[in-house]
Amino acid sequence: MELHIKEISVGELLSEAKAYSEGGRHPLTAMFGRDERSAGGGFAVYAVFEFPESRELRGLKAAVGESMSFPSLSHLIPAASWFEREIQDMFGLKAENHPDPRPLVLHENFPQGVHPLRKDAPKEIEFIEGKHTHMHTVSGEGTFQVPVGPIHAGIIEPGHFRFSQAGESMLQLDAKLFYTHRGLEKTMEGKTALEVLPIVERICGACTAANTWSYCQAVETAAGTAVPRRAEILRTLVLEIERITNHVGDLGNIPAGVGFSFAVSIGTRAKEMMMRLQDSLTGNRFLRGFFVPGGTARDFTAEDCARAAEVLREVEKNVLDLARIFAQQDGFQDRVRTTGIVRNKTARDLAMVGVGARASGYAHDSRADFGYGVYPELALKVVTENSGDVAARILVRIGELKESFRLAFALMEMLGREQGGHRTELGTPQGEAAGLSESARGSSFCYVAFDNEGRLDRIFVRSASYANWPALPIAVQGDIIPDFPLINKSFELCYACLDR
Amino acid sequence: MLKLLERLLKDKVATEAITFKEGEAMPYLPDGTVVTADIIKSRLGRSLHVRHLDAGSCNACDFEMGALSNPYYDLHRYGIHFDASPRHADLLMVTGVVTRNLAEALKRSYEAMPEPRLVMACGDCAINGGVYGESYAIVGPAEKVVPVDIYVPGCPPRPNVMMAGLIAAADMLAERL
Ligand code: SF4
Repeated sequence: MELHIKEISVGELLSEAKAYSEGGRHPLTAMFGRDERSAGGGFAVYAVFEFPESRELRGLKAAVGESMSFPSLSHLIPAASWFEREIQDMFGLKAENHPDPRPLVLHENFPQGVHPLRKDAPKEIEFIEGKHTHMHTVSGEGTFQVPVGPIHAGIIEPGHFRFSQAGESMLQLDAKLFYTHRGLEKTMEGKTALEVLPIVERICGACTAANTWSYCQAVETAAGTAVPRRAEILRTLVLEIERITNHVGDLGNIPAGVGFSFAVSIGTRAKEMMMRLQDSLTGNRFLRGFFVPGGTARDFTAEDCARAAEVLREVEKNVLDLARIFAQQDGFQDRVRTTGIVRNKTARDLAMVGVGARASGYAHDSRADFGYGVYPELALKVVTENSGDVAARILVRIGELKESFRLAFALMEMLGREQGGHRTELGTPQGEAAGLSESARGSSFCYVAFDNEGRLDRIFVRSASYANWPALPIAVQGDIIPDFPLINKSFELCYACLDR
Repeated sequence: MLKLLERLLKDKVATEAITFKEGEAMPYLPDGTVVTADIIKSRLGRSLHVRHLDAGSCNACDFEMGALSNPYYDLHRYGIHFDASPRHADLLMVTGVVTRNLAEALKRSYEAMPEPRLVMACGDCAINGGVYGESYAIVGPAEKVVPVDIYVPGCPPRPNVMMAGLIAAADMLAERL
């Protein structure tokens, strides 16, 4: 995907961002930093916005001067907040007037003044002990705190949650994340587009297809490589299969938040059917190895499609069963309705994506907005709900599952009609480009910049979970703490995708 | 309250390995068989309580671990259970490469476990860093922080392979009891 960059000075950032955003009409996709000192430049801050009306991604690139700072956009565009904190951590560029300038990615064990994404950052970094990160809490008579994590009771990823309580009510939640930060963006620098592919696929297990497709789009644009049509159909199909797998998994996981084990059994069984299908189609239960820059590693035969159709029909039955069970269980409905509400305005202010946005009446969907792959030919229906609660997020998933089954069958039919290859040679990538694709959680954005030898100089991955995490603390406010697992599961955000 | 919490955190693990005094009266069965340490071992041979610890994974290892409880694999039938706390666990199942931000959580979880305790390095990342290799944010494979008793390779290991590792760990535990 083309990324139209406008170079500006840091003094212009605020007014230019305001003009680009148009009061949120063009959501902020991402902000990230870059160190171009070795190429004779300096530090820069990027802010990328979506222009769905022209299917464009437009970016501002603000050159940061001697001041080593830039004006924070967070007051104007709340979605900027975490990106700016990350830029502060990784590059040591200060976001002036940031409302919450605490470190985000780097924990208290990191020494001050070390910024790992600077090109001259030291390899060995001292381990600081005995320091604590400040957590936001509420104080006052009768209030108390509940600390949870980083290690949780179930088999889930690590994060620390600090609840400020008044009795059972959650007054405030502050989350400390990035425990699984592996420094992957830095690890990928200096490597070629193909060398880093196994790492891109392993940023996250649940969003392998989406993250890898975004990356492939970016690399192919940078290399000027056009992908064969058969590959576009295959990619679109596999992305929908990944969505079905995740949504079905979520339908089996959300009821675990209220101890509804019957539904859990149905959901987890259906998810296993999908995992096995993914394995038989791509050779990997997590679809790894399927997307490659230039196309796909494999093709699907007519027999593959027949097998897939059989499994999908079976899984569809399970989904319809679950939908009925959910609707009929008053006890379940009682728990999910009006629980964990995100208002439409909040969803827009935070530039939320995916199920989280669509359940709050915000029809953000990169498949419809940007029409990559063969989506423009599929008359995609974007499913939305308006109540913004757990119930809405369940209903959106059920609606999207129905749509994804339809798309999968249509795509398999298309495959039957389409001859031709599924892979071409990748050219040498140059300059910068971006990619977008819609994971089960929402749009996954990838930015790449290559040096003159075709090696990665910078890669930034903003998964859907990155965009939606800041909404969770807002969604829980005023609900009771036993509802937290349920609300959390209804977003089903990846930590690995966020932390990188 | 805070003092109490602080003390609890610093306290040594109270749970002990089961031992008997010489000549101590032991339980017996209707046919007169005296329950010896050997019998306990054989009966407990298939009991394993597992605490999962994501030390910096991509979550695929963890999803597969979760899949072990689905109706296809139903791990419980082998007497293997996942626990909410390391204090009740026999085995620490470590996934992912150990990150800077999780090294302490891994160490403290291990220290909180009662003896005898086992550690599994589950997946290539936990075994040797996998595709992640080394970086400023990575401490290293699991054994750089805690002693490892069993390695389960794969990226991620298939559920069946994980299950084989868990059953083997249950047997190792019985030997150490
Ligand atoms: S071994 Fe593979 S699947 Fe497991 S955490 Fe590492 S990258 Fe993910």
